Amino acid sequence: MATKLIGGVLITILAIVALLLILIVVGGILAGLLAPFIGSVPISYNFRSIRARWTSTIVAILGIAGTVGVFVAMLSLARGFRATLVASGSPGNALIMRAGSTTEMMGGITLDSVKLVEDKPGVARSVSGQPLVTHEVVGVIPIPLISTGTDANVQVRGVSSNVLDIRKFVKIVQGRMFTPGLDELLVGSNASKTYEGLTVGNTVNFGGGHWKVVGVFDAGGSSFDSEVWCDEAILNEVLKRPANIFQSATIHLTSPAAFQQFKDAITSDPQLNLEVEREVDYYANQSSTMTELITVLGGIVAAIMAIGAIFGALNTMYSAVSERGREIATMRALGFSSWNVILSFLFEAVIISFIAAIIGCLAVLPLNGLTTNTMNFQTFSNLAFAFKITFDLLLMGVVFALVMGVLGGLLPAVRAAVRPVAVSLREL
Amino acid sequence: MKYSRLIFANLFRKKARLILTIGSFAVALFLFAFLGVVNDAFGRGAAVVSANRLVITNRTSIINTMPLSYRDQILRIHGVKYVTFDNWFGGVYQDPKNFFPQFVIDPENQRQVFPEFKVPDDQWNAFLKDRQGAIVGASTMQRFGWKIGDRVPIKTTLYGLGDKSWEFNIDGVYHGSKPEDDETQFWLQWDYFEESVPEGIKGQIGWYTLQIDNPDDAPRIAKTIDDMFMNAPDETRTQTESAFAASWVKQFGNIKFLIVTIGTVVFFTLLLVTGNTMAISVRERTPELAVLKAIGFSDRTILGFILGESLVIAIIGCVGLLLAFAAVPVLSRAMAGLLPSLLITPQVIVMGVLAALAVGVAAAILPGFGAMRMRVVDALRRV
Repeated sequence: MATKLIGGVLITILAIVALLLILIVVGGILAGLLAPFIGSVPISYNFRSIRARWTSTIVAILGIAGTVGVFVAMLSLARGFRATLVASGSPGNALIMRAGSTTEMMGGITLDSVKLVEDKPGVARSVSGQPLVTHEVVGVIPIPLISTGTDANVQVRGVSSNVLDIRKFVKIVQGRMFTPGLDELLVGSNASKTYEGLTVGNTVNFGGGHWKVVGVFDAGGSSFDSEVWCDEAILNEVLKRPANIFQSATIHLTSPAAFQQFKDAITSDPQLNLEVEREVDYYANQSSTMTELITVLGGIVAAIMAIGAIFGALNTMYSAVSERGREIATMRALGFSSWNVILSFLFEAVIISFIAAIIGCLAVLPLNGLTTNTMNFQTFSNLAFAFKITFDLLLMGVVFALVMGVLGGLLPAVRAAVRPVAVSLREL
Repeated sequence: MKYSRLIFANLFRKKARLILTIGSFAVALFLFAFLGVVNDAFGRGAAVVSANRLVITNRTSIINTMPLSYRDQILRIHGVKYVTFDNWFGGVYQDPKNFFPQFVIDPENQRQVFPEFKVPDDQWNAFLKDRQGAIVGASTMQRFGWKIGDRVPIKTTLYGLGDKSWEFNIDGVYHGSKPEDDETQFWLQWDYFEESVPEGIKGQIGWYTLQIDNPDDAPRIAKTIDDMFMNAPDETRTQTESAFAASWVKQFGNIKFLIVTIGTVVFFTLLLVTGNTMAISVRERTPELAVLKAIGFSDRTILGFILGESLVIAIIGCVGLLLAFAAVPVLSRAMAGLLPSLLITPQVIVMGVLAALAVGVAAAILPGFGAMRMRVVDALRRV
C-alpha cells in the first residue's frame, strides 16, 4: 500500500516535471524562432557572434547534426523494413490461413476448404469465370549468398499459375512464367541479385531436383522480391508435404470494400475453420518484431547521443556567454532588457541547431533507397529492404534538433541575462 | 605529484564546463559499452558452441524433418559418442509477441550432449517422471515471472491440433555454466509430444546434435553421415555446430553492420566534441601558461599539466562505463524476446577505458605542444 502510494506520488511528480519541461522547450523554440520579430537586439549581432566563434560553433553543429543523422537513419531503416512488407499486400486481396496461425509458415488448409472459399461472395473472377485465388505452399531452402558465399535461407513459394492476376503489381521483367508441372523457377529481382546462380538460364539444385530459372519478376520493392516462386504442386512434392494441403491462399476480391462480406461468409460457415485477414494487415503484422527491434535500438542510441549533443551545445553556449560577459553587460547598460538578451541567445541556439539539422538530414539523404538485407524472424528467411527517408522523418529530425538546441541554449541564456551588470563590466 | 594541487585547481576553475565535459565523456563511453554489448548479442550464437558437436539438419530445408530411425545408424559410426535429437515446437505464451524457443528434447541424452546447461538432479528427476514436464531457462522464467510448479499453457499451430494450447508443468530451471549461454530455451518431453501429434508427424525429428570424441574427426564423421543418407528419402546436411551457428549469425546481415557503423560514427563525433572542449580550455589560458613558463617551469612540466588535467577528466568520464554496467541488465530485460540477453563483458570495459585514455591524450597533445612551443613574449603580448 505504502509503496503504491509513493509510486503514485513519484509518477505524478515526474509527469508534472515532464509537462513543465515540454512547456519550456516548446516555449523556447517558439521564442527563439520569433526572436527577430519581438526582440530588439539586432539579429546581425547573432550572425556576427557565430562567425567570431566558429570553431566551437562547428563542434556544436557537428554534435547535433550527428544526432539528427542517426535518428533519421535508424527510423528510416525501420520504415523501410515495414514498407517492404506492407507493399507485399494489396488492399483488394484477402489472405486465409488455418485458424490460430500467425504466419504462413504454420499450419495447413485443405483443397476442399479452398474450393468452398472460392464460391464465397466477394471473390473476383477472371474473364473466363475462374475464381482469382492462388493457393500457396511456402518453405525455406538454403542457397549461397553472393556476398559471403555462405548459405542463407531463401523463402520459396509454390503458387498457382494464375498468381500474376491476383498480385497485379508483380511483373515479369526477364524471361517468362514457369510452366505448371515442370521444375521451373521464377525468381524475385532482389533474390536474383543476392544469391548465387539465380539468373535466367541457370539451373539450381534443391530438394533433390534440378530447377531451371526461367524468369525474373519485379514486385515493386515488396518482400516477394526476395522470394523464389514455382509451381505449388511440385514444391509440395519436393518438401515431402502431403498433396493438396496448402499453407495459405490469397484471394483477389471484387473490391476492397467486399472484404467484410467475404470475411463474414467464411466465419459463419461451420465447415471452415480459417483465419481471414486483409493481405495488407497480415504483412504489416509480419514486420512488427524487426521494426520494433530497430526502433528500440535506434531510439536508445539516439537518446544517449542526444544527451551528449545537449552537453556539447551547453558547453558551446556557456563558453559563448562567459567570453561575452562584458559585451552582454554593455548591452544591458545601453538599455536592452534581460528578456531581450535571453531572446537573442535563444535565437542563436535555434539558428545553430537549425543549421545542424539541415546538415544532419542532408548527410543521411543519400541512404534513401539503399538496399540491405536481414533475417525476417517470422519466416526464418532472408529479406532485402531499403532505407526509406520520408519528408515527415526529416521534419521530425529538425524538430529534434531544435529541442536539443533550446535545451542547450536556455540555461546559458538565462545566466547571461541575470548577471549583475556592474560585476560583469568590472571583470577583465 | 607535487603539482597535483595545481592541476585540480585548474580543473575546478569552471565548474559548469568541467561537469559538462565529464558528462559528455561519460555519455560517449556509455554508448561505446552499449554498442559493444549489442554487437556481442548479434554474434552470440557463434561464440557459445562446442568444438566437438555436430548438427544434422535436413538437406532440403531446415524446416523439413528427418526420421528418428537415423539415430541408430549414426550411433554406429566410429567416433560418435552421443546423439540427441530435437524438434522445434514453435509456440507462444499467451500472445504472439511472447516468443521464445521451445525444443522437444530427448531426455536420455540431453545432458550428455549439452553439459553446459545445468539442472539440479532432483528437478531433472522430477522432469523425467512427468510426461507434461518442462525445464525452462532462467531468463525465460524471469521474463514471464514463472515459478517451479507452475502450469503454463503454450500455444502452437504447427502440429495440426488446431487452436488448442498444450499445458506444461515447470519441473525445473536450467542455468548456463557461462554467462553467455542461452538461458531462454524451454524443454519439453519427446514422449508427450510424440503421443499427441497426428500420425504423419510421429517419428519425425527436426535436427540431431552429436557429441563426438575428437573435434579433428568432424569432417570425416560429417561426410560419413551425409554419404550414408545420400539416397534416403530425407538427405542430411551435417555441419559443425560453429558452422551451423555462423550461418544463422550471417543472416542477420547488414543490420548488425549498420548499427555498429552508426554507433562508431556517433562515438567519434562525441569524442570530437569532448576533445575540442578540452582544447578550448587550454587555449583560453595561454597567458597564464606563459606566466608559468616565465617564472621558470620547464616546457615538459607545462605539457604534463595539460595532459594530467585531460587524463583526470577522461578517467572520471569512465563513470559512463559503470553506468552501462548498471543499465545493461535493465535494457536486456526491456528487449527480451527481441535480442539474445545482453551481457557486459570485461573486454568491453577494458576497451572503453583504453579508448577514454587515448582520447584524453589526443585532446591534450595539440594544445599541449602548442603551449610547449609558444614564446613567452608572444603569449604575454596577446592579452
